[in-house]
Amino acid sequence: MAPILSVAGLGKTYDNGFVALNDVSLDIEEGEILALLGPNGAGKTTLISAICGIAVPTKGTVTVGGHDIRDDYRAARALIGLVPQETFLEPFETVWNTVSFSRGLFGKRRDDAVMERVLRLLSLWDKKDSKVIELSGGMKRRVLIAKALSHEPRVLFLDEPTAGVDVELRREMWEAMRKLKADGVTIILTTHYIEEAEAMADRIAVISRGDILLVEETGALVKRMGRKELKIELAEPIDEIPPDLSHHALDLVDGGTALLYTYDRQAERTGIVRLLTGVQASGLRVSDVETTQSSLEEIFVDLIAEDGA
Amino acid sequence: MNLMAVAAIYRFEMARTLRTVWGSIVSPVISTSLYFVVFGAAIGSRIEEVEGVEYGAFIVPGLIMLTVLMQSVSNASFGIYFPKFVGTIYELLSAPVSFLEVTAGYVLAAATKSLVIGLIILGTAFFFVDLRIEHPVAMLAFLVLTCISFSLLGFILGIWAKNFEQLQLVPLLLITPLVFLGGSFYSISMLPPFWQTVTFFNPVVYLISGFRWSFFGEADVAIGLSLIAIVAFTAICLAVIWWIFRTGWRLRK
Ligand SMILES: Nc1ncnc2c1ncn2[C@@H]1O[C@H](COP(=O)(O)OP(=O)(O)OP(=O)(O)O)[C@@H](O)[C@H]1O
Ligand SMILES: [Mg+2]
Repeated sequence: MAPILSVAGLGKTYDNGFVALNDVSLDIEEGEILALLGPNGAGKTTLISAICGIAVPTKGTVTVGGHDIRDDYRAARALIGLVPQETFLEPFETVWNTVSFSRGLFGKRRDDAVMERVLRLLSLWDKKDSKVIELSGGMKRRVLIAKALSHEPRVLFLDEPTAGVDVELRREMWEAMRKLKADGVTIILTTHYIEEAEAMADRIAVISRGDILLVEETGALVKRMGRKELKIELAEPIDEIPPDLSHHALDLVDGGTALLYTYDRQAERTGIVRLLTGVQASGLRVSDVETTQSSLEEIFVDLIAEDGA
Repeated sequence: MNLMAVAAIYRFEMARTLRTVWGSIVSPVISTSLYFVVFGAAIGSRIEEVEGVEYGAFIVPGLIMLTVLMQSVSNASFGIYFPKFVGTIYELLSAPVSFLEVTAGYVLAAATKSLVIGLIILGTAFFFVDLRIEHPVAMLAFLVLTCISFSLLGFILGIWAKNFEQLQLVPLLLITPLVFLGGSFYSISMLPPFWQTVTFFNPVVYLISGFRWSFFGEADVAIGLSLIAIVAFTAICLAVIWWIFRTGWRLRK
């Protein structure tokens, strides 16, 4: 089957000479969810902008559903729904008007049934007559998504849809994405949350400094990326790690008030239980324990270093 | 042609206008009434007639043009500047629409508003002066063409402007002098020969002259010339907008 979205040799140099996209090639299959991961400034938004017509590519070609985005822009763009990273909305319009404007702009006839389905999918139905300015930040994000869905696109770009969104709402959005996927909509999603990519994406693409470093099945990649840290905070600072804990590969951090343990959460044995037992046996008084996922940025540093080696 | 998109933009813009309908209409009516009082009554008592027309009536076409030009430019420039300012322009750029459709939506909405205001001022004028309109159809045609062509100019201005200051300053610095020096309140023939020559480089002269002809059957320049000038002006604006959308100037990154 021909890919629904095909990017070949795409480059973007901004007017100030900055090369935001170097040479990006990427094929996306119909109906899949692809997560685009990359540190701040990697070029995620630029890539989406170049595909959707907001930035003019410097080189390369893009086709959507077989239509070239330059020569056949009407057919290509009609297939695309775009949710931008920032909440760009007309403040004084009602939700209903804002969303139905989008539908009209994409050349679709008014259809109240579609509008209702989209607004209900995003839990905005009871807000349909509210002005945008009266909505909370999370609701505004959903209005943006509703606008993008109003014209029933085949390909949906979501640029950090869950940034600054609370946990419950994020789950709701994931649920909405799953429903769309079930309807056959292809989704390209950027995010900084590895759990999100893990939960949603069929494949993950990693982009850094304007180049795609890898595109991989989610399961395989998460295994490589899933490093976690366990921080054991001590009631009293210590000068050095007690000898009976030295075989645990610990670091003494925060001026001797905490022990840091790094492990691979996908591994058969994480070693956490043995470590905690050992800490208890050593007589150290523990005030708190916390685990953190190594941040995506850190992972990228590793990935890029690995890439360069 | 994506006519649904033109309609969507038009409706959206008209909704914005209707939200502020009182401010949009009351203020031009008040300021025009003041012009009638000051120019018509005060100055008109000294200048009795211009080209056989009572002075109070003589200035009506110029006054309507003054407001309509200013309104067209500022409505259309604001209409397209606002999406740039709040960022919603992303949607116009990513939609399956051509430059003609986007332009038509915004410009027709801006032109509608200024046309309505122009007609209201015309209605107001009947309260102050004895007015006759010799060629009503031509009068309407001139008014509509003017609304459209200067909304096109405003549209270009809105795309060009990088901040609110530029957005407001340019109409003030460019349009006001052109209108005042365009024969709104006097006949070109009243000027010294040198200034008469200079005046013929002012596009607004042709508009006001043609518009006044449709009222009184008298014109400073031939009516055909007025028509050619306004059509040429419209064509130039359209060509500029076509170029803007083709290159993405000030719109696309
Ligand atoms: N209009 C512009 N002119 C010049 N440089 C730009 C412009 N827009 C973006 N850039 C630069 O291009 C690079 C890529 O930006 P982009 O917004 O695509 O990053 P991103 O991957 O989306 O980052 P984030 O995760 O922060 O959203 C950045 O270094 C940015 O500074
Ligand atoms: Mg971004």
